[in-house]
Amino acid sequence: MKNIDSHTHVNGQSVYLDDIPLIHGTLFGAAYGSPIAHGIITALELEDALQVPGVVRIFTYKDIPGENQIGGIIPDEPLLAEHHVHFCGMPVAFVVAHTLEAARAAVHKIKMIIDPLPVITDPREAQAKGELIIPPRTFTMGNTTQAWQQCTSVFEGSVDINGQEHLYIETQGAYVVPQEHNALRIHSSTQGPTAVQRTVSKVLGLPMHQLEVVVTRLGGGFGGKEDQANMWAALCALAAWHLKRPVKYALHRMEDMVMTGKRHPYAADFKIGLDASLKIIAYEVTFYQNAGASADLSPAVMARTLFHCTNSYFIPHVKATAYSCRTNLPPNTAFRGFGGPQGMFVIEAAIALAAEKLQLDACSIQKANLIQSGEAFPYGQVVQSEAANCWEKMETLYDTAAMREAVKAFNKSNHQYKKGIAFMPVCFGISFTNTLMNNARALVHVYTDGSVGISTGAIEMGQGVNTKIVQVAARIFSIPTDKIKINPTNTYNIANTSPSAASATADMNGKATLIACTAIAARLKQVAATVFGTTNIIFENEQVLANGESTGWDWKKLVHEAYIQRVSLSEHSHYATPEIHYDINKEKGHPFAYHVFGTAILEVTVDCLRGTYVTDAVKVVHDFGASMNTDIDRGQIEGGIVQGIGWMTMEEVVYDKEGRLRSNALSTYKVPDIYAVPKELLIEALQTRQDNLAIFGSKAVGEPPLMYGIGIWFALRNAISAFSPSANIPFTTPMTPEKVLMALHSKKATGDIHQHAEKASYLGINH
Amino acid sequence: MLNLILNNESIGTGLPKGMLLLDFIRYHQHLTGTKTGCNEGDCGACTVLVGEIRNNELQYRSFTSCLTPLGNVQGKHVVTIEGVNMEVLNPVQQAMVDHSATQCGFCTPGFVMSLAGFCLSRKAPVVRNAIAAVDGNICRCTGYKSIERAAVAVTKLLQDRNGTEPLQFAVEQGILPAYFTGIKERLNLLVALNGEHAFENAGEIPVEVRFAAGGTDLYVQQPEEMQLSAIHFLLDQKKDITKQGNRCVLEPAVTVTDLLESAVMRAYFPQMANYVKRVSSTPIRNMATIAGNFINASPIGDFTIFFLALNAMLEFNTGRTLLLSDLYLGYKKLDKSPDEYIRNISFELPGSATLFNFEKVCKRTHLDIASVNTAISITTQEDTITSVLISAGGVAPVPLLLKAVAEYLTGKTVSEKVVLEAIEIAQTEISPMSDTRGSAEYKRLLLGQLIKAHFITLFPWLHLV
Repeated sequence: MKNIDSHTHVNGQSVYLDDIPLIHGTLFGAAYGSPIAHGIITALELEDALQVPGVVRIFTYKDIPGENQIGGIIPDEPLLAEHHVHFCGMPVAFVVAHTLEAARAAVHKIKMIIDPLPVITDPREAQAKGELIIPPRTFTMGNTTQAWQQCTSVFEGSVDINGQEHLYIETQGAYVVPQEHNALRIHSSTQGPTAVQRTVSKVLGLPMHQLEVVVTRLGGGFGGKEDQANMWAALCALAAWHLKRPVKYALHRMEDMVMTGKRHPYAADFKIGLDASLKIIAYEVTFYQNAGASADLSPAVMARTLFHCTNSYFIPHVKATAYSCRTNLPPNTAFRGFGGPQGMFVIEAAIALAAEKLQLDACSIQKANLIQSGEAFPYGQVVQSEAANCWEKMETLYDTAAMREAVKAFNKSNHQYKKGIAFMPVCFGISFTNTLMNNARALVHVYTDGSVGISTGAIEMGQGVNTKIVQVAARIFSIPTDKIKINPTNTYNIANTSPSAASATADMNGKATLIACTAIAARLKQVAATVFGTTNIIFENEQVLANGESTGWDWKKLVHEAYIQRVSLSEHSHYATPEIHYDINKEKGHPFAYHVFGTAILEVTVDCLRGTYVTDAVKVVHDFGASMNTDIDRGQIEGGIVQGIGWMTMEEVVYDKEGRLRSNALSTYKVPDIYAVPKELLIEALQTRQDNLAIFGSKAVGEPPLMYGIGIWFALRNAISAFSPSANIPFTTPMTPEKVLMALHSKKATGDIHQHAEKASYLGINH
Repeated sequence: MLNLILNNESIGTGLPKGMLLLDFIRYHQHLTGTKTGCNEGDCGACTVLVGEIRNNELQYRSFTSCLTPLGNVQGKHVVTIEGVNMEVLNPVQQAMVDHSATQCGFCTPGFVMSLAGFCLSRKAPVVRNAIAAVDGNICRCTGYKSIERAAVAVTKLLQDRNGTEPLQFAVEQGILPAYFTGIKERLNLLVALNGEHAFENAGEIPVEVRFAAGGTDLYVQQPEEMQLSAIHFLLDQKKDITKQGNRCVLEPAVTVTDLLESAVMRAYFPQMANYVKRVSSTPIRNMATIAGNFINASPIGDFTIFFLALNAMLEFNTGRTLLLSDLYLGYKKLDKSPDEYIRNISFELPGSATLFNFEKVCKRTHLDIASVNTAISITTQEDTITSVLISAGGVAPVPLLLKAVAEYLTGKTVSEKVVLEAIEIAQTEISPMSDTRGSAEYKRLLLGQLIKAHFITLFPWLHLV
């Protein structure tokens, strides 16, 4: 089934935040962000800005009637800076004007005098200075200290992983419209309507029931609008509340890029030990998460790094410690994978280093250590594993042995071009790691004409969750999908929602919908049972069957009859993911409803003259469970892989030492275009029939595929090594053409290269 | 008053000509299907089609409306997503649905417009061209594979077109609404109406008036100032490319797309399509002029580098002539007075003994600004270099001609040793800076590699990797 929004997407009629028709008298906002990354505000001069024609008012922290606080996990983030600024772009004032142009012009006229303080951008430096968001956390299993003795080889290394800009094509924004009785209607491009509601409630000191947060859809989120949509909604709400006028702020791309956080950069140190049979016996890792200036979601992201620090592998002795380090960058935040990808990159780097030193292909280590059913991850959860099934299916289906041979043969006969190949297994746990968030509600109405309206807490952002919810209702009621409508997400209809995140949205809201539909169906069947004198009532193709026979009643007739009998045709349901629990003191438990597995093989070709490269192929075997929508799930996998490849290759977030974002526009921050994607991208389903907690057994698919993209980094590394076996290739991401070329020329090599390196006297010159 | 046809509606507006077409469409005409993504022509969410009559043919090209001033659509047909909608989905839209080529949907209208533009173009209906049509559209959700599949389906729609005129075929096949058939006549009337306001001589232009051609750089660098400026629009000047004796002459409004489609350029530069593919994207190439590329004075302008190696000559409206290489005095400093603009560009067409090559490397191979770019024009007699020009961008405050390198190479016989020596000399001529496009060290290494690439491409027997 195609995405239910497809039609209005392709004809331009889908409504996003900036498309909502404006109410007469709407005012426009623009935030003034600090030009300095760290310092004390000594003066804020607004006079010139106030003189700009059309400016209505400029808000500062002094105008906040409630708390000047928007921190979600930890109350450490003001809505508007008071005396200190902690990152470049940190909002200090909010201009409201009759036109967007006037608001922006006024922002340029604001002047601020700041006594600068030292700027920290490096997480290791922050950690050394004790700048931590929360105390460090450590996951342990076995005893690494003793385990090193069992190892025949031990390797240590360091990793530097860069961040990633979300680059949702629709920027952040909000539109707040005052309502009667001091209520506010808040249109927000948010993944977390309840988070917006809570934040505005706190900032304005209004009870939550006064705040109606409405979301039709997002033009992309990827985690960037999970917590960071709150800021813009709160600013607009503040102004709308004071001025009693509608206020809108849809961010300019540059404002969005400068003011919002990104995927967390991480530094890490690892130590890995193997025995002679290539079993990984012990693994120690320390993560330095670059959290930015305040907590945002960093503690939760850090937790998932620890959960996924061993990727798909069983390692008996593990010690993993993570520090969430406070720096003077915008608060980094959720991004598809949520810390998991960084954890996985480090273990893959450790394996790659071990393979290089042992002169093996990394895949022999990877394969030897895949986790099996019944084994446990360091956090104590015993796993139902599909890791080996995916791996073996991939080997046979794509004849990976032949692929490897072909690459070797190519490299033997080509000098300028070298190919590299890498395997990338993935294991991702599904559930919010904060157990209490794993709940959802649905409100289902059947109208007297048989049409169905559904509200849930799910946010549609392209992932197809609303389509899957339609499928749930259609299956339970046995009615066509066009009789079912999904309403915009609204906090007046569905309260206390968890954000659409953690890949769990379709599972949780789908299950809540399932419960509601099942309850209504049961009441309808009761009505039919009375009429037809049997409890064996089923619905099939809009028909009501009794004892398997046609009754002559259709869905509409039954609904109408139930209405006449005053039977409720509505249901509000609640779903809480069962089985999960976690003890944060012991760092043990069963945090995930289930795990998603998969394996990819990735192949690249590097032009060793120019340092450029192409992705030849990505071939995947992915554990879907039993996919309920192959169109949507395939799209999620393809999109995730390309986003992961982007993160590992061309997407380079650049901050200078002063904490200013240099990659602040699409001209300087490059995401994959249509020519940058794998030439061949094959996806094969591992359809597993084991019972699982996914909706209809259809496993979550939002985040896991992104991590296949990590393999591209290692494929490139292998291609570089094929050209220059002694190349020095540090474990830093992304692998831009610059890094490739520098690595290709990183050491004097033998033969031809040697001569040229000697000739080219500029090599190694540092300007 | 500015007149245009927007979809099926003739419109006159008194709004400032410097206003962005995107804002006009969304906030004044309330057509919200065209989306605001990046405000700098780099994402394609705001793509529209602009139709104008050239050589008595109605020709449509995709534009990014976020960089298009209203003044540049004077007398033209602007088509937004609303303008290609019909009672049911059009076949391009249907292909996008059938192949699940839309997820969040925000970029989707832009893709549909680019593919509609492909259906209206004379480009051969092959998949490669359909994909090239969306080379300026960024999608963050799908990973493009589903869009590739949709592009295959769109290509199939055109397979039976043969010699039929594309617009006629598209209307007949129900790919586009029937009103397109009447646009040519309406535009002719509009152009006649606008005639008296059309481009006038620069002699009458007050000094404070600014010039803008395609606007693809000015509206990125100074969006707010441009909207307030009095602008003299240059894009509607002549845009022919002709061979005059052994010289090629480009008229002032020649766009990158015009250059690509020029029979003269294709004849003398067989690799033209490959060079151009690496320069920005289809809509930007449709808007950006070669002269504008020179005048914006970017040290990394692709066509500045291209034409430097051809020793191009400029002629200004004042009649003054100047070698392109003499235009650049310093970073963004030109030997040009404020009231001068380029009237034509000319260069000597390469003879049979002259070889040409263009190299460019950037973070993303396509639709990106170079880390380093370079071009070479080299004439040899039995492997002895009789003359050579090598240009280099991204390695100095201005686009450079490597004069010492040329001096060294002239008279030498092509060999590995000579190339390596030339690379060393190049290092003394450049002064790259570290920025988001790469470290200075990288740019030095890269220029050397690209000089090797020139020679390997032109003299494949060299062993230089």
